[in-house]
Amino acid sequence: MTEKTITRAQLSEAVYQEVGLSRNESADLLEAVLGEISTVLAKGETVKISSFGSFSVRSKGQRVGRNPKTGEEVPILPRRVLVFRPSQLLRKRINGAGSGGKGR
Amino acid sequence: MTKSELIARLASTHPHLYQRDIERIVTTIFDEIAAALGRGDRVELRGFGAFSVRKRDPRQGRNPRTGEAVSVEGKAIPFFKTGKQLRERLNREGGRE
Repeated sequence: MTEKTITRAQLSEAVYQEVGLSRNESADLLEAVLGEISTVLAKGETVKISSFGSFSVRSKGQRVGRNPKTGEEVPILPRRVLVFRPSQLLRKRINGAGSGGKGR
Repeated sequence: MTKSELIARLASTHPHLYQRDIERIVTTIFDEIAAALGRGDRVELRGFGAFSVRKRDPRQGRNPRTGEAVSVEGKAIPFFKTGKQLRERLNREGGRE
C-alpha cells in the first residue's frame, strides 16, 4: 500500500481551492484553527468537532516507572495527556470504501 | 468548545471575513483530514499532532452479557498522536489538576 503523508501545505491548498482567499490567508487560517484548538486544550477544556471527533485532556496521577536501560525505578510525575476520540462517522469512513480493515 | 464555537472565535479574530467562509474553511480542513485517513494516508501537523490509521486484527470477542464467544472482524481505526509542542503546552499551562 502506498501511504502518503499529508501536511499543512496540502491542507491549506485545499482551503485555497475551496474558498476564494489568497494562499497566504488560507495558510494563516489553517494555523488559526490549530492555534485556537490548542489554546482551548491547554486550558484543559474539551474540543468537539461534530462528524469528526473530540479531543479531551486527561489528568494522569504519579506512578512508578523504570529506566529501561538501567532498570532503576524513577517516579513518573503527574501529567496531562490529550485523547482523541473519533466520531462514528469518521470510523465508518475509514472502514468504508478505500482502505478496508482486511488484508495488511 | 464545539465546532460552531470555534467558528465564532475565528470570526471575532478575523472580522474581515464572512462567517460563511470561515465555516467552509473549518469544514474543509476536517473533511480533508478525514478523506486522507479514508485513503489510508497519514496527516502530520507539526507542533499539533499526527493522524494515522491503525489496523486491528480480527479477534475472538465475547458478548459481555451472555458470555457467548463471537468473532470480531479486523478493522481500521483513526489514531491521533499529540505533537511535542502541544504536549508540552498541556503540561505547562493551566492547572495540573
